[in-house]
Amino acid sequence: MERVLIPHVREPNSFTLDAYLAHGGYEALKAALGRKPDEIIAMVEASGLRGRGGAGFPTGMKWKFVDKKIEPRYIVCNADESEPGTFKDHLLMERNPHLLVEGCAIGCYAISAKVAYIYIRGEFFHVQGNLERAIADAYARGFLGRNILGSGFDCDVYVHRGAGAYEAGEETALLESLEGKRAQPRNKPPFPALFGLYGKPSAVNNVETLCNVPPIVSKGVDWYKALGPEKNGGPKLYCVSGQVRKPGVFEASMNITLRELVESDEFAGGAREGRKLKAVIPGGSSVPLLLPDQLDVRASFDDIQKAGSLLGSAAIIALDDTTCMVWLAENLLHFYRHESCGKCTPCREGTDWLHKILRRIERGDGQMKDLDLLASISANIGGKTLCAFGDAAVTPVLTTLKHFRHEYEAHIREGRCTLPADWRARQPVGAH
Amino acid sequence: MSFHPKMAYDATFHKSARQLEDEGPAFVYTAENRARFDEIVTHYPPDRRRSAVLPALYLAQYQQGYITANAIRHVAELLGITRADVEDVVSYYTMFYTRPVGRFVINVCRTLSCAVNGAERVTEELCATLHIKPGETDASGTFTVVEVECLGACDRAPVIMVNDAWHERQSPDTVGKLLDDLRARGESALTGCVHVVERAGQ
Repeated sequence: MERVLIPHVREPNSFTLDAYLAHGGYEALKAALGRKPDEIIAMVEASGLRGRGGAGFPTGMKWKFVDKKIEPRYIVCNADESEPGTFKDHLLMERNPHLLVEGCAIGCYAISAKVAYIYIRGEFFHVQGNLERAIADAYARGFLGRNILGSGFDCDVYVHRGAGAYEAGEETALLESLEGKRAQPRNKPPFPALFGLYGKPSAVNNVETLCNVPPIVSKGVDWYKALGPEKNGGPKLYCVSGQVRKPGVFEASMNITLRELVESDEFAGGAREGRKLKAVIPGGSSVPLLLPDQLDVRASFDDIQKAGSLLGSAAIIALDDTTCMVWLAENLLHFYRHESCGKCTPCREGTDWLHKILRRIERGDGQMKDLDLLASISANIGGKTLCAFGDAAVTPVLTTLKHFRHEYEAHIREGRCTLPADWRARQPVGAH
Repeated sequence: MSFHPKMAYDATFHKSARQLEDEGPAFVYTAENRARFDEIVTHYPPDRRRSAVLPALYLAQYQQGYITANAIRHVAELLGITRADVEDVVSYYTMFYTRPVGRFVINVCRTLSCAVNGAERVTEELCATLHIKPGETDASGTFTVVEVECLGACDRAPVIMVNDAWHERQSPDTVGKLLDDLRARGESALTGCVHVVERAGQ
């Protein structure tokens, strides 16, 4: 597939306005301003664009739900890319920031908003400078600001820096954070389309989602849909990391299979010399893992769901046979325990207990009944919290218990990790 | 509080961890920071100045190194909110420091993709060289080592963030050299990862 979102990112100065204009930048904004806002929403809806942040909700529908009777309205771009294994938005903002700026402007036009906020995670400070310069350049050439390109449409884009909170990636928590409060989720409904930023109708979209809008406007709905399987059209950025030979961000159509992404030389290049693939997490740490024999599915939202996992943020983490699955669960629960926002009791207390028990098993002090305890605590968290964090946090536990229960039992029986000793010596992470 | 007599509790969990911030010296923004603050506030609706609390706290932290009670008062006053509102925010986000930190804060990512590529070896090397534990500052007050969760550069693991600059594909060898460079050349040794393509082409 021809690359749409990151075609020129490896060229020097790809982040500058001149480079972007040389490759046809801001033509989509010009085209969009010549149409009615509703036509843009209809186009995005017809294209079948699904949110790239994780949930895969249709973007056109999200925009249609935004209440047009209440002023003002907002576009909020979620650039708080924190799901472990995800780094696609980072590349987009670092190497192709004008695509996002153009996407924000078109999004604002579509829902008749005058302001877009880009909520960028605090750790992306070096990217923020790039993005801010892109915005300043866009203002200077009249692509943002008052009366854009003589159309009478006004649009401001601001960058708002977060300060280190995974939970701020949840859309309502992000809005809370943007309002100057703790990043803790709100009860839903009402959804942000009706009651969003400052209680006004808002559309919260991921960076990659907004970056998909300019190509849809400039190249058309049919072109976009034809790029991928039904209901999973358009280009997709896949982040492949972990124990593979060539980790990186790869753009592909969702016709591609997980196996190609992980094992083909054109992409991540497979497991390292002498190692065998053990498991693959297809969509960030919050989704169930797949075994090597389950990888022949298309890497689309619907197909991965059929295979028993989720595409999520397309963060593919490949793990080879040196990885202990109990250790993996412990590592991820350390993450969730640390990042739980503390609003809902099951998640705040439960993630801490899960981590303590996993650490105990991993160190060889576990008991068989701990395995039932893990399952029962997980059942008390999943589905019992305001946001999806609770479900995400128990997934690493449940999925490793399901596929690798024998490793847990071996840890408990032997009082230690049972991977071969020479692997353990090479195992980069200690605690074994 | 959930409690089980047989469980060994960590010192910092299931206890109220609230510590009052240092009072610190009297705090007002420098003229330059005040001008930036006044500009940032215009990004938000006039009746929503509170939105600027994160950028305002960053300004205070860059000016003073960490956030003190006096800085919180100043920010609260400028935004028209209470001290409790600001402290609420400061205590929630991990990137604000309420205690003095070293001149260079070295954040080592410890989450899955970095961990399977040797992040823990990097932390061990840093701590051994500086004679500290994760979370501590070395005796000279130059370096603080912190283990943090996913930084979002998993393809270039393990990644560390020194102040605001990223350094990728680290190993015990490279961080030793980085420490030497930081000692010798200060901030100019912080290359970060921005525009790697340009730099590679030079």
